[in-house]
Amino acid sequence: MLAVEKGLPLWSPVLLSISNFTGTGQFAGIDLISSGAGLWEVIFTILVINIRYILMSLSLSQRLVRDMPVWQRMVIAFGNTDEVFGVCMQQKEPLTMRYMTGIILSTYSGWNAGTVLGVLVSSALPDMVRTALGIALYAMFIAIIIPPARESGAILKVIALSVLLSCVLRIVPGISGLGSGWVIIICGVISAGIGAYLFPLTTKEEDPKSDDGHDGNNQEGQGTVK
Amino acid sequence: MSIQKTLLVILVMALCTYIPRVLPLALFRQKIKNQYVSSLLCYLPYGILAAMVFPDIFSSTASVLSGITGTAIALFLAYRRKGLLTVAVSACAVVFVTERILGLAGIL
Repeated sequence: MLAVEKGLPLWSPVLLSISNFTGTGQFAGIDLISSGAGLWEVIFTILVINIRYILMSLSLSQRLVRDMPVWQRMVIAFGNTDEVFGVCMQQKEPLTMRYMTGIILSTYSGWNAGTVLGVLVSSALPDMVRTALGIALYAMFIAIIIPPARESGAILKVIALSVLLSCVLRIVPGISGLGSGWVIIICGVISAGIGAYLFPLTTKEEDPKSDDGHDGNNQEGQGTVK
Repeated sequence: MSIQKTLLVILVMALCTYIPRVLPLALFRQKIKNQYVSSLLCYLPYGILAAMVFPDIFSSTASVLSGITGTAIALFLAYRRKGLLTVAVSACAVVFVTERILGLAGIL
């Protein structure tokens, strides 16, 4: 939708969606393309936005079944979006290829169908519906982090610290010019770092029982927000 | 921007998105033994997701007021252990209703 408003050719957001598969990066990318940004600017901006994926992938690598071959890991890496990551973190058992394929395929097809739909209906959706959908993704993240925080005081404290830091970094003049990619990284690392120092986990018992590949979560709302 | 340049930018973006995702997954195959590091990696997702939500969620809608009501209902339902879809749809609905009320009141 954004891309159509900015007067880009219709195929470009669809191709962007298929090849990149990342929300924030695509928004930034459309901005960059339409403003005719230089290649280095694109590289730098997208890398900064995506540095958080290094942390997410690292975290995810600990949850996969241990004997998964490299090529399967490389496929999963492509599908490791904020949403997939969020859903995976709810699983207690090691993640199998079947499970990951199910969840990535469903989010990938939903995402791209959403983009095509967004391009097609573009301005047809009334503003009042569009603004209400803006909160959907954030609400899902809340639904992911709050239930575990109810079980574990340590997780609750990590979340509280990260929220506090994030708000402070956004408000304090001077630092507030920092890109949101950096803010997320700084808050995540500091809050988890302090959490790990204060509340180290005792070694968990291993349970190699694997889950079947049931579907990921519905995400129709997401594509239309674009 | 020409078609060639647009294609080039999209390709570069795809690489810049894939590389940070693939390296840690392909390289780290062993379970991390260090207790501090494994605790850190356990807490990291919560820290990252929390920082992604706040304070952006308040400005994700047409008005900060509707953002706050939407956040409140999402927190409440999540605390009651409702599913992702329930929480997301309810938050959207509450935002929609709030924005209509604000509209009637002449605030929005």
